[in-house]
Amino acid sequence: MAEEVKLFKTWSTPFGLRVVWALKLKGIQYDAIDEDLSNKSALLLQYNPVYKKVPVLVHNGKPISESLVILEYIDETWKQNPILPQDPLEKARERFWAKFNDEKLLPSIWGVFTKEGKEREEAIADSLENLQFVEEELTGKKFFGGEKIGLADLVFGWLAYLICVFEEVTGLKIIDERFPLLLAWIQEFSELPIIKDNFPPHDKLIIRYQAFYEKYHPAK
Amino acid sequence: MEEENKVTLHGTWFSPYAKRVELALKLKGIPFEYVEEDLKNKSPLLLKYNPVYKKVPVLVHNGKPIAESFCIIEYIDETWKNSPQLLPEDPYKRAKVRFWSSFIHQQLYEAMLTVMKAAGEAQGKAIKELLEKLQVLEEGMKDFFPNGTPSISNRNMGILEIMICSLLGPYKLQEEVIGIKIIGPEKTPLIFSWLTAINELPLVKELAPPQDKTVALLKFVRENALKSSSA
Repeated sequence: MAEEVKLFKTWSTPFGLRVVWALKLKGIQYDAIDEDLSNKSALLLQYNPVYKKVPVLVHNGKPISESLVILEYIDETWKQNPILPQDPLEKARERFWAKFNDEKLLPSIWGVFTKEGKEREEAIADSLENLQFVEEELTGKKFFGGEKIGLADLVFGWLAYLICVFEEVTGLKIIDERFPLLLAWIQEFSELPIIKDNFPPHDKLIIRYQAFYEKYHPAK
Repeated sequence: MEEENKVTLHGTWFSPYAKRVELALKLKGIPFEYVEEDLKNKSPLLLKYNPVYKKVPVLVHNGKPIAESFCIIEYIDETWKNSPQLLPEDPYKRAKVRFWSSFIHQQLYEAMLTVMKAAGEAQGKAIKELLEKLQVLEEGMKDFFPNGTPSISNRNMGILEIMICSLLGPYKLQEEVIGIKIIGPEKTPLIFSWLTAINELPLVKELAPPQDKTVALLKFVRENALKSSSA
């Protein structure tokens, strides 16, 4: 049977982008459907009735939601260029850091972007602490996955193209010279063709996040 | 060598996350040492093994630590391949199990906690949300149990059973504290029969903490939260 792979996403979602990267890394042909989240398609609502969100991968008519679940499914279904190692302990480590990004790092940095006053100070302190953990994890490694990129790299990947957008819009430096390994990783990661060829357009991101910023920090 | 295959679990008696790992280890028949942590006075070992979160549970296998309950359970399933298999073999089925485990862990757990810690109008709103989410789970479980829930034994307990058991196993005690029924044969028939079957397992009964201890803790959590929100 011919393989049919569809990916529902938006042009800007970092959760969708990590799936794009995984598909491209494995050379999987797929149809991309870019959704307008203010006007969700009937298909999206049918395929992800629980969360009604992107990304959703549909493989031969079977939908899978939640980006980390999708990434594991992709790795278990298409075995070339694995994004998870074989060893259970190393696998556990990749999964741990993927969760850390989604549950701790990303929310804390988003807090820096969206909050004000004392709450922003706290978000900055949290972010710095979280970034320090990530910095330490890179000790002696080119990528989080070692010599090659893996699950954790794809999940941390938003740092490579979105932090500079946040920094430009807020005027704050989030990843500075205190994090040399992270800065080096951003460089190495961004140089990989399948990664940078799929970065969303920078100027479009600036417009988008500038609009968000104004929403969260209305001029008084 | 004594150190070979040594397994230690750092947990607390009331942590549903630690309970999940305990269940997984016992189901697989893996011998382990249990260390009860005092969260107000965390052991140096815990801080060393989980410097990022400083939380339980942490599993230590041959001196190597693994944190985060779901990561630990997948590690256990991949390292000890004997039955029961906690996650299915087929990638699509695995994806569905992971999806619903994540739903139980993130959505239901948070909704339950909000109900536990709220009163009056805020609690009313939180209860409505919890009941809605339970209906979502009930719908989702129709896919897993199209012919009703099967009989549960140690041989077919999997990660979904572990997740629902650790959160809602003590649902009757939770209902007692929040003062409202959340699970029942009319509104949530699948979840009700599923939990009933799971709670009947001798292993689950053995691992459940004493009921009065659990109720006292739930009441304490609730009173504490209400005090600080009205302060």
